[in-house]
Order: sequence, then structure tokens, then C-alpha cells
Amino acid sequence: MRELEYPFDSEYLLKKRRTIKKNLLAREGHLIEKRIAVLGGSTTHDVTAMLELFLLNQGIRPAFYESEYGRFWQDAMFPDETLLSFHPDIIYIHTSSRNIQRFPAPGDDEGQVGVLLDQTFDHFRQMWESVEAKFGCPVIQNNFELPYVRLMGNREASDPSGRVNFVTRLNQRFYDYAQTHPHFYIQDILYLSSCYGLDRWADPFYWHMYKYALCVPAIPELAFNLANIIKSLLGKNQKALALDLDNTLWGGVVGDDGPEGLQMGPETSMGQVYTEFQSYLKSLKGLGILLNVNSKNDMENAMAGLNHPDCLLKPEDFLVIRANWENKDQNIRAIADTLNILPESIVFVDDNPAEREIVRNRFPEMTVPEMDSPEHYMKIIDRSGFFEVTTFSEDDRKRNEMYRENAQRASLQASFADYEDYLKSLEMEAVIRGFEPVLYDRITQLTNKSNQFNLTTRRYTQTEIEEAAADERVIDLYGRLEDKFGDNGVVTVVIGRQEGDTVHILLWLMSCRVLKRGMEQAMMDELVRICRGRGVNRIVGYYYPTAKNAMVKEFYRQMEFEKTEEDAQGNTVWQLCPEAYVYQNNVIKVVSEDDKR
Amino acid sequence: MTRDEVYDRLNEIFRDVFDDDSITVSDSTTSADIEEWDSLEHINLVVAVEEEFGFKFQMGQVVSMKDVGEMVDIIMENGN
Repeated sequence: MRELEYPFDSEYLLKKRRTIKKNLLAREGHLIEKRIAVLGGSTTHDVTAMLELFLLNQGIRPAFYESEYGRFWQDAMFPDETLLSFHPDIIYIHTSSRNIQRFPAPGDDEGQVGVLLDQTFDHFRQMWESVEAKFGCPVIQNNFELPYVRLMGNREASDPSGRVNFVTRLNQRFYDYAQTHPHFYIQDILYLSSCYGLDRWADPFYWHMYKYALCVPAIPELAFNLANIIKSLLGKNQKALALDLDNTLWGGVVGDDGPEGLQMGPETSMGQVYTEFQSYLKSLKGLGILLNVNSKNDMENAMAGLNHPDCLLKPEDFLVIRANWENKDQNIRAIADTLNILPESIVFVDDNPAEREIVRNRFPEMTVPEMDSPEHYMKIIDRSGFFEVTTFSEDDRKRNEMYRENAQRASLQASFADYEDYLKSLEMEAVIRGFEPVLYDRITQLTNKSNQFNLTTRRYTQTEIEEAAADERVIDLYGRLEDKFGDNGVVTVVIGRQEGDTVHILLWLMSCRVLKRGMEQAMMDELVRICRGRGVNRIVGYYYPTAKNAMVKEFYRQMEFEKTEEDAQGNTVWQLCPEAYVYQNNVIKVVSEDDKR
Repeated sequence: MTRDEVYDRLNEIFRDVFDDDSITVSDSTTSADIEEWDSLEHINLVVAVEEEFGFKFQMGQVVSMKDVGEMVDIIMENGN
């Protein structure tokens, strides 16, 4: 919904929230339900109200638990029955500088301040450890905004007994904790309040009247930022950019002005603006965002522009370059198909409102930011939070490389008449084993991100993954695939639970980038092998349809399972007798659990 | 700005905030008359009034406001 995309009108959202919520709930499409516990050190009423709107807009329907006013610490340390039985999927700790119980007194020496710093930090650390032990779910914790007033003026920044200095050091402790604890995330309200303006953010009117730690008109900004962290944790980030060229990546029209007439590079102020934007995009590529071109141009002209010496983005920085005279929505479709991602995972960036409208109409689920003026391009992309980084894995870093390797595979495939010959020529090697601690992070990430090749779309927290790995009754398998072009990393996860002589497959997912490579057959072989070893005589598979997983509707049939149940919603149950199964994989060399011993 | 003009705009705000097109407020309306008007919704009302009439309430005014009539008095004095 446009009203909830950056830049939004906060006053409008606050005023119209009931109508907006009604409209969001009336939209079509599946909503995933998440339980969010909001533990507040100040009033949280409008925080949850606004958060709800932004999450609904992302396809997430939240149920909230809210602490009694100011009881965040007690709730975290000694949760009552209501919170315990709420079983939060995510905990958000909404604290601010108002929740720092004691500050140093002016003139306190380093030793005294150090003790106070330890005490204050420990107060929070105990609480985080308590919720980790009790709930094991992701925790989002605010850092601290700067104090509203400065007793000593500028000296506050450098003097250890100054409040500004104290808050800064406390924040650093929080960051150190975040760096060493997985699924603990900082919401940077220090940054948010700076952008908003601390004077307005911390307006004492709202604190003294209603015990809001930030002014009410700033709450949508906070909620938007928080919703970005949450949707990122749930694998709802965008993955790719489709970029227009003329007046988007550079000033001018390459077909009319020629490459030499384009504005980019250090010579003019307009040129600098485009160069800065290009540099930002190039950095996004380093985060694993896939860059593509979607431009109305002759290919030759597009290439001439991209090969301009002042163009920071070179043809090889892009995975797909669509420069032609087709409609841009068709090019989006082509880019999505080539990369094997959904159109809604692509952000379309174009200075032309008419082109944006065409794409928006064709793909209502896509986000198409308003690009009004070149000097704002970078900020609009940045603040929209499309690519909010909550975890940054080796896989993310290498994503562009992996997609490039896929393109090489595709061109190799074209040279083989027989598909199996092609698969053999890839010289694939897979590791298929039980979950290992170093991979818990990546496995959790996959269970939360995979939508298409995912039979049950069950999401797991890291604690649940650890529990699955430790549980003898659970068969847990991950698969990692390598071939002569490169390492695809961990691409598939299977979790089955044994009950007597039956194994129920609770989760079966695979990354679409290894589709049709024989990996699912190799996984099934391994699962059946283990089941035979355990004397299992029935394997039961489940398929639960979502808006995105139609591609695996018949997966179990292809794996020789028999359908035993189907309900009105299309949920199906399948079964297989391991003894009757014929091993399928003959294209991937598999290293399994047994080889490790 | 006449008192009636203020009421026209104010009614719009009440209807938006409480999502109820049947609301019409008058000098004697208080929070007791509108079911969802509690202290937490009150702040949204205050923020929306400030935005609509382009001024900021002082804390003392908000604390002592007894009914909509007094709110309109303050708006007539400070708003535009």
C-alpha cells in the first residue's frame, strides 16, 4: 500500500490508522501470523498500533503481548503465565535513555563511572539472558538516544562523568553484545532520533503527559524501522534491483546525447550526484543484492553508456541486462525468470512516473519507489529498508558470484542434448549430513526465507533448530552442493520426526537456485537410507499450499509417494514405504554421515 | 475563523480518529460521550488537532481541558 511506503505521511497514518487497517485486512493474499511481545520502558500503545500497519503491509499479521506500563524488566526476568503461554516469535524491548536508572554525577572519576557502566549494562544483560533461556526467540533491543539536555554543555561528550559520554559508552556495550550473540538485534534509535531531530523526538510534553519516550508524530518512523528489521528476519527482504539507465544511473539520454554527452563523473555537480548513486548501488552489490538493467534503449547504446570511463557500474556488475524496446513489465518478468526469483523480490528503479505506473499495475506486489529528483535517489532506496541486513552470511557476500555461475551453467546446458549428460558434466558433489553447530545460523535463515520450494513453509527459530539437532527422534539433514563452477553452499534442509515405525516429514525445503540438479533426489535417497537403518516402514510427507509454493504441489508424487489424504484447502498427505523405494540419484557424488565417522 | 468553521474541521478529525462518521461534537462533548476516547486515544486527537490547525498545545492547556468547548476556545485563540 502506497501510504505505508517510504516516504510516508506520519500524521496521516496516526489519524487514519483504523481505516488503513481495515483496508489492509481486506486485501487478498496470505498473511503469516507472528506473535510479538513488546516489552516497554515507556508507553507502547501507538508503537504497536503503527507497527501493526507496517507489518500487515508486508504480509505479516502480528499478535501482540504488551507489558504493563514500564514493566519491561520484570516481564523479561520473571514472565508471568500470560507471557509464557503467549510463546513469542519475536521480543521487542522498547527502552530509551529514560530507562537508565542512574547516571554518573559530574566529576565522578573513571573508576566510579566504570562500576556504574557495568551495573547498568548488567541490568540489561541479565534480562537478555533470561529471555534467551525462557523463549529462545529473536530479540530486538533499542539502543539509547542522546540525552535531551547537556548539564556541562560540550564537555558532556568527552568527560566520562558526562551523560552524553555515558550513553555513548553504554551503546557500545550493547553493540559488542549484539556482535557476539546471534538473533539479538539492535534497533538504532540513536540514528532515528538524529534524523528526526532530537529536540522534536524527545519533546518532554509527550513524556510528562503520556509517558511516551518519543514524540507521537515520530512513532511511525520508529515503527517503520522496526517493521523492516522484522520482515528482514522473516526473509521478506527484496533481493534484486532492476535499474533504468537514462536519467536514473546517469543524467541525459544516451541514444540522443551519445555517451560523451552523459552526466556522470566528477566534472559537474549533476555528474557527481549520479556517481554517488552508482557508488551506493555498487556497495549494495557487495551485500549480495543482485543488480540488473531494465532500460528502453538499443543494447549497443546501453553498453556504450555502461562502458563510459566515468561509469562506476560496468556491464559485468549486472546479472541481467535488458536493454530493448519491450514494455518494462515484460523485462521485469524476464529478469525474475532468469534469476529464478519472484517479481516482488525486485525493486524497480526508474525516474519516469509512467514506467513506474505500468510496472506497479502489472505487479501490484512489487515495490516501486518514487524517484523524484536525482539527489534524493540514494536516500529513497536507503531509507525504504528494502535490503535491511539482519544477518550477513558468507552466502550473502557471494550471492552475485553464485548467480553468475548459474548463468555459466545455463550456457553449458545449452550445449548438451541430454539433460543427464549435462548434469554429469557439472561434476557435482554434495555433503548431506545432520545439522552442525556452525551451520545453525544458515539453516535457520533458510527455513525463514524459502517460500517456493518449501512443502510445509514451517519457520524455525535457531533454538528450535538446535533442539531438532539434539533430539534422537528427529532426523535432521542439510545438503550442501558444489560443482565445477563453484560452491552453492547449504541449499536444502529436511526435518523428519520418528514416531514408532513412522517418520513424518515436517520440513522439506530447497533453494531455487539448485532447481533441477538432482539434489532433491539425493536428499530423498539419504532420508530413505537412514529410515531403513532405523527400521522405519512408513514415511509420511505433507504439502500445505501457500501463495508461493505451487511448484512442489506434486513433489511427493514425483518421489514415488502415494497420496492418502486431501482436504478442501488442498492440503495433501503422502506416504512411502522405504523398502519399496528405488534410489534415484546417479549424478551427484554424495558425502554423508557415515563417511564422517 | 468562526466557531462553526472550527467545528466543521474538528468533526472531521474526530470521525477520522475514531473511524466513525456519525460523530458530531459540541461544546459540552467530553470523553465520556465517545466510547473509544480514552487517555491513549486522546493523544492522537491532540496530535491531529495540532496538525490540522497548525499550532502546539501547551501542556497546561491539555491538562486542564474539560470538554470540547474548551478545546475550541484554545483553537480559536492559537490556531489558523
